[in-house]
Amino acid sequence: MPTLNTRVNGTSVSKQIEASTLLVDLLRDQLHLTGTHVGCDTSQCGACVVHLDGRAVKSCTVLALQAEGRDVTTIENLAAADGTLHPLQEAFRKHHALQCGFCTPGMLMACAALLDDNPDPSEAEVRAGLEGNICRCTGYQNIVSAVRDAAKQMRA
Amino acid sequence: MYAFNYQCPQALAEAVSAFTAADDATWLAGGQTLVPVLKQHLAMPSDLIDLASIAELKGISVAGNRLSIGAMTCHAEVAGSPHVRGHIPALAELAGMIGDPHVRNRGTLGGSIANNDPAADYPAALLALDAVVHTNKRQIAADAFFTDLFETALDEGELILRVDFPLADKAAYEKFANPASRYAVVGVFAACTGNVSRIAVTGAGPCVFRADAMEQALNSSFTAAAIAGITADPEGLNSDMHASAVYRAHLIGVLAGRAINAANARGNGQ
Repeated sequence: MPTLNTRVNGTSVSKQIEASTLLVDLLRDQLHLTGTHVGCDTSQCGACVVHLDGRAVKSCTVLALQAEGRDVTTIENLAAADGTLHPLQEAFRKHHALQCGFCTPGMLMACAALLDDNPDPSEAEVRAGLEGNICRCTGYQNIVSAVRDAAKQMRA
Repeated sequence: MYAFNYQCPQALAEAVSAFTAADDATWLAGGQTLVPVLKQHLAMPSDLIDLASIAELKGISVAGNRLSIGAMTCHAEVAGSPHVRGHIPALAELAGMIGDPHVRNRGTLGGSIANNDPAADYPAALLALDAVVHTNKRQIAADAFFTDLFETALDEGELILRVDFPLADKAAYEKFANPASRYAVVGVFAACTGNVSRIAVTGAGPCVFRADAMEQALNSSFTAAAIAGITADPEGLNSDMHASAVYRAHLIGVLAGRAINAANARGNGQ
């Protein structure tokens, strides 16, 4: 089996894995980082979004070996080490931007990447930025409000 | 998933040898189509040769009247590139409409055109801009590259290095996107250089094609009015749960008119 050398949430990981292992399966099944979810089988829902070298990707559509020598960041790394929530997490709570919460890890990672690129997105830009993330229960209005509020907090 | 071998060569020659040595190899570009295909066992190659580490397949440059984009350049990079936005803004816009942001961070120009999905966006740009595909064996004009449904002129193992796009005077892309997949139900790329107009249509048929009658009408006047009387023939167009062939034929006219207007609004020198 090939050996993968990568970094996940700042920690070096060296593992022998099957070449066919998806990044999301490495994270969930082998590293037990189960915050990253799998919501579909067709690369459409975005529940599995993580950052690869700082860019949002669907970890169900990336082979774990494609993360060789790169930095993977998951939802587990979004809050501070002392548990202080990221402004996006705070805003999601404040604005009731989740109901069942299944899509939330992917939403948050997608939104964090969006705000890295664009610290002051318009409503339309937030909606365009979330085209790759599907929520099946609470809807998008409160998510959009939360992202814009978080962006404001983060700019302050 | 099923068991396969994976290699990530650092150089072009190494990649070609790895491909040749393998039993049934496939190039892995961004994987945004290939990985789902593997998951569903729609294809089961013995070996994946990942092209991600080969420097000469990446990058965007301008020389003379050509914009050159490496095959492994991802859609997000094309969409954000000052070179592309400055010289062929319609191409940057098109790249920014592909899939969603996460897909655009992985999916590549080379992967898209090698797959030749009938509803993909890039094939329309290559065809309308009269682009040239450079492979490790030869140069292929866009007119000869896209041959049929998911078929291209590429030989087994032939590798796309880059695509050269001539700088058009005016160009624009208009797409009626499927709201779930973001693929084009119909997409029309209109380009005009000197007195030559090219209109390429994706999504509507089994393979991207040029709207010949519209192009002829536009050569005397690159205006939406010049094609107002031209209706596309629904015969042979795609008909599925998303849109009938008749509706797709109608969309070709509507989107072509919008693309021409957008190209003209952008004006000479873009």
